[in-house]
Amino acid sequence: MQEIPLMTTKRTWAGRWQDFIFAVRQVDRTQIGIAIGLTPLAIFMLLPLFYIFNHAFKPLHELFLFPPTFVVREPTIQNFSELLALTESTVVPVARYIFNSIVVTFLATLGMVIFGAMCAYPLAKHKFPGSKLVFGLVLTSLLFATEAIAIPRFVVVQSLGIMNTYLGHVLPMIAMPVGVFLLKQFMDQVPNELIEAAKIDGAPEFFIFLRIVIPIVSPAMATITILAFQSAWGNAETSTLFMQDDAMKTLPFYMGTLTSNLANSVARQGAAAAGALIMFIPSLLVFLVSQRKVITTMAHSGIK
Amino acid sequence: MSTRTPILSDHPSPAPAGLGQTKSRLSQKLSYLFSEIWKYRLSYLFILPFLVLFVIFILIPVVAGFLLSFTYFNAIEFPTWRGWMNYQNLFSQDIVFLQHVLPNSFKFALFVGPIGYIFAFILAWLIAQLPSTLRTWYALAMYAPSLSAGVAMTVVWTVMFTGDRSGYINSFLLKWGLIDKPLYFLIDKDYLLNIMIVISIWSSMGIGFLAILAGILNVDKQLYEAGRIDGISSRLQEVWYITIPMMKPQMLFAAIMSIVHTLKSGGLGSTLTGSNPTPNYAGQLMIDHIGDFGFIRFELGYASAISIVLLIMCFLLSKLFWKLFGPKEDE
Repeated sequence: MQEIPLMTTKRTWAGRWQDFIFAVRQVDRTQIGIAIGLTPLAIFMLLPLFYIFNHAFKPLHELFLFPPTFVVREPTIQNFSELLALTESTVVPVARYIFNSIVVTFLATLGMVIFGAMCAYPLAKHKFPGSKLVFGLVLTSLLFATEAIAIPRFVVVQSLGIMNTYLGHVLPMIAMPVGVFLLKQFMDQVPNELIEAAKIDGAPEFFIFLRIVIPIVSPAMATITILAFQSAWGNAETSTLFMQDDAMKTLPFYMGTLTSNLANSVARQGAAAAGALIMFIPSLLVFLVSQRKVITTMAHSGIK
Repeated sequence: MSTRTPILSDHPSPAPAGLGQTKSRLSQKLSYLFSEIWKYRLSYLFILPFLVLFVIFILIPVVAGFLLSFTYFNAIEFPTWRGWMNYQNLFSQDIVFLQHVLPNSFKFALFVGPIGYIFAFILAWLIAQLPSTLRTWYALAMYAPSLSAGVAMTVVWTVMFTGDRSGYINSFLLKWGLIDKPLYFLIDKDYLLNIMIVISIWSSMGIGFLAILAGILNVDKQLYEAGRIDGISSRLQEVWYITIPMMKPQMLFAAIMSIVHTLKSGGLGSTLTGSNPTPNYAGQLMIDHIGDFGFIRFELGYASAISIVLLIMCFLLSKLFWKLFGPKEDE
């Protein structure tokens, strides 16, 4: 089947506008109804997004207006320079936290998605001895509150000798059962006939996994990427518990130290607002890219 | 572990034991098991990386947590064995737990779980009907509260519900003459839990919503055409007879996640009111109670016992959902 080239080539703004007009023309009456009905709700749900963007650019006196205003009146980038200035005098500059965060998030997301998919595939498609036990364990562990296992986890990490290393950040995060569960649920839907046909054609197991199963469940892969990224990017727990060196801690931890005394301190409100925006933008980008991928791959996945 | 013989197996089925030699029967069974395991060696290789990390970072800590729940442990001295004492105390002495935490948690879960779940499905279905350009933006809007989770959400809501006349809702109600004096939303125990329920539903369009959306989009379009030929006339019938049965795995996933989300959510009350425990324990949930005993009073053994109880509750509820949406024998 001929793929639509528009999806891959770089588009001009005029081209996008044409796409938009095309999309609008395609809308039928029920769709217009749905879109109009959902709009107020969508606006309401978007409030926090709107708030974060405005808050970061508010000058100090606007941050403390009461009743607070949502929309910024005199936008300024003073908050961002304050955030940088705050760490200039300290041993660890904010850039180091950001660098740590990027490394950790990248490795953890990659690990979660790849290892999760690799574990989910046999659970869904091979009835090997013990598969039910493994799946049962994964499912049950999903229900366990992480607060309760913080102490034993600390002991485990300590005895593995990965305190104050990137591994100490990444490995505990990779063991995320949610990903395995979701991917397994999607892989259940991949037709067995397709896999058997490939086997008869002599395709090795790894080829089937990589070239047949993964493309079919790409919506789930995109969803898990969003989730994994978000949980890794926002994770302050591993920094608090497993990292004693300040130079190994990540941005969410630093943000936590900025906001922890916020109720009774005026000093760093602006920096905190700017930091919130810096924390938020990558999540937003990953969501937009992945969600778009869900939609485009859906239309052209192998079995349709 | 399954003892059922696969239908398509090149291995001979276990021969009837001659002369009642149970020993040879056992060894036969064992050798059959080993041959099965060897046959699936590639599958084990696939799950190995995840499973190793899983055992190290989840299974071992959970088992340790389970053992800790039978001890007195204050994080400094070595834990001392107490047997069932923690559980006994929890269900007979801990008045806060029995009178506030447990009812709060149940009320919270009962509202947030089902309502959030149904809401997520309806929204996902509506969004799935839109053309793809619009779909991303509406999906983003619905997911936005989860995206910004900790950052803005409590700030926005505390501002809304501030307890004097400058809070948005108070000033609105005063302006319209609905109330005479401002309500102390976040301190009054009649309001706090309800406000927490509203906020949680608002922010529950998270992972479950995304999974359902992907699941709906995953349903083969040809099925709808086939359904139309077979006499399905309305969109509602389409949902009931085609969409839901086709996406049972995702429905199950979302259901389990919504239980986990509701029973495991905590800290909302304390962030809104600025104190743990919350005023009059009005917004105290299981996790807050665990945090209270574990990280404020450092009674870690007792905190572990509470979390084991929480685990059992979650487990029973998920069993129920498994019955509703789980794979049946013939599937």
